[in-house]
Amino acid sequence: MSKKPTTKKTAARKPAARSKKPKVDSWKRADGRSFDELRPLKIESGVLPNADGSAYIEMGRNKILCGVFGPREMHPKHNAKPNEAVLRCRYHMAPFSVDPRRSPAPSRRDQEISMVMRSALEPAVFLDRYPRASIDVYIEVLEADGGTRCASINAASVALVDAGIPMKDLVAACAVGKIDDKIIVDLGDYEDKKGQSDMPVAYMPKLGKVTLLQMDGIMTAEENERALNLAIDGCKKVYEVQREALKKKYGIDQPQDKPPKEFPPEEPTEEPPVEEGHQ
Amino acid sequence: MLNMSANFQDREIVIPGDVVYEGKIRTGENTYRDQDHVYATRLGLVNYSPDNVYVVALSAGYTPLVGDVVIGQVVDIDLGEWKIDIGAQDLAVMGIPDAVDRPFRTEFNMTRVLNIGDTMIAKIVDIDRRRTVILSILGQGLGWVNEGFLMHITPSKIPRLIGKKGSMINMIIRETGCRVAIGQNGRILISGPNREREEMVVKTVTKIEQEAHTSGLTNRTQEYLRQLKERSR
Repeated sequence: MSKKPTTKKTAARKPAARSKKPKVDSWKRADGRSFDELRPLKIESGVLPNADGSAYIEMGRNKILCGVFGPREMHPKHNAKPNEAVLRCRYHMAPFSVDPRRSPAPSRRDQEISMVMRSALEPAVFLDRYPRASIDVYIEVLEADGGTRCASINAASVALVDAGIPMKDLVAACAVGKIDDKIIVDLGDYEDKKGQSDMPVAYMPKLGKVTLLQMDGIMTAEENERALNLAIDGCKKVYEVQREALKKKYGIDQPQDKPPKEFPPEEPTEEPPVEEGHQ
Repeated sequence: MLNMSANFQDREIVIPGDVVYEGKIRTGENTYRDQDHVYATRLGLVNYSPDNVYVVALSAGYTPLVGDVVIGQVVDIDLGEWKIDIGAQDLAVMGIPDAVDRPFRTEFNMTRVLNIGDTMIAKIVDIDRRRTVILSILGQGLGWVNEGFLMHITPSKIPRLIGKKGSMINMIIRETGCRVAIGQNGRILISGPNREREEMVVKTVTKIEQEAHTSGLTNRTQEYLRQLKERSR
């Protein structure tokens, strides 16, 4: 994994697209993106009718489905906390999600990502509103292409909002890394494996708080800072897509496009739950 | 950026984390305050009234409140109490005195009143210290139900289905001739003269749920119902 900074030998092994001498302007990534460009990102919310909330994300070639259940009674009951809800995450990769078939049994990596996702999402959720309950987040990776943990966090936070769970903010996540001594954002599978360093970051854009920061490989302190800023910019871009995904489900146009005409006073507004009228 | 402006337009959609108001104001439902900023906590429509700001959630689970009429199902029978699923976080309970209005006798058989799997319309009479919901079926319009069509919508859209002073639901009842009981927990019990009429209500309610955030809904729903009736004729 840990590669020494590029030597002639490694440069010779690189695919044609990147075999050019790394010059700032001509340098291109394996898939032709620029250093601060995200992969194509698509999020859809409310895709699973049987879950309380759900989301589907395509981030590059990642395809991930997320379902949220709860707040519901915790089973087994002794795991419940008397003062707040427990957020449980289960990250799972489908056997067909990667090229050599993968065992469907949960691996150490799955456990780690489940834990990491939980701690990335927890600061955004008002867990204290639901004592003794559990909120379950199930992640199923249908196709993996590097950066699944970030994509999973993105899907999970949309699904949590879709489930109507009170949140402080959305959590957007995106990875940064170093390849050919260049800092790049949103690493694909190739960059993830062949790069010098990899750093997933989850960020709450409206509150300006980082909720996940992991790093693998080698970066200098200065590079690290640059990378973090790049990641935060990436997260903000992801956030806009998440926002649109949530709004799209309700088919609401921004009032800028459709001015208040649509909201005349004649219509009864949403009123407080009056004594209901069952006959 | 949106969060730089002081607030949104009335009835504009907001997302958790959006700053819906800056400055001093009372925070209504689905909002929270951090110093001078009021944030939304749920996806919904922001509403500004002169003294507070609140968000009408577009999707939210059911939070029980004392006085709510709910539709539930018996899932278990314990010693002297029924455990009832009302779609909230925990099961609700109902004791014998809340179910039968006569003196308790030793030979009393709880399954005679309500058996596991039975559906009922009940009222929340209390929420105790552990947030356990206590139900009662004593009262007008409450009790065991033996027929009908049960459907489910997002609880936060129930007020819309009822309409102002029941205008929407009364209109549906008038147009279809079905009996419709609405639980605040999002469950709706429909029983009508025939299956066709019941399905008409189901379609209408589904439409209301989808369009709950739009305006002019009562009139449009009436139009929609008339169309359905035309087609069935």
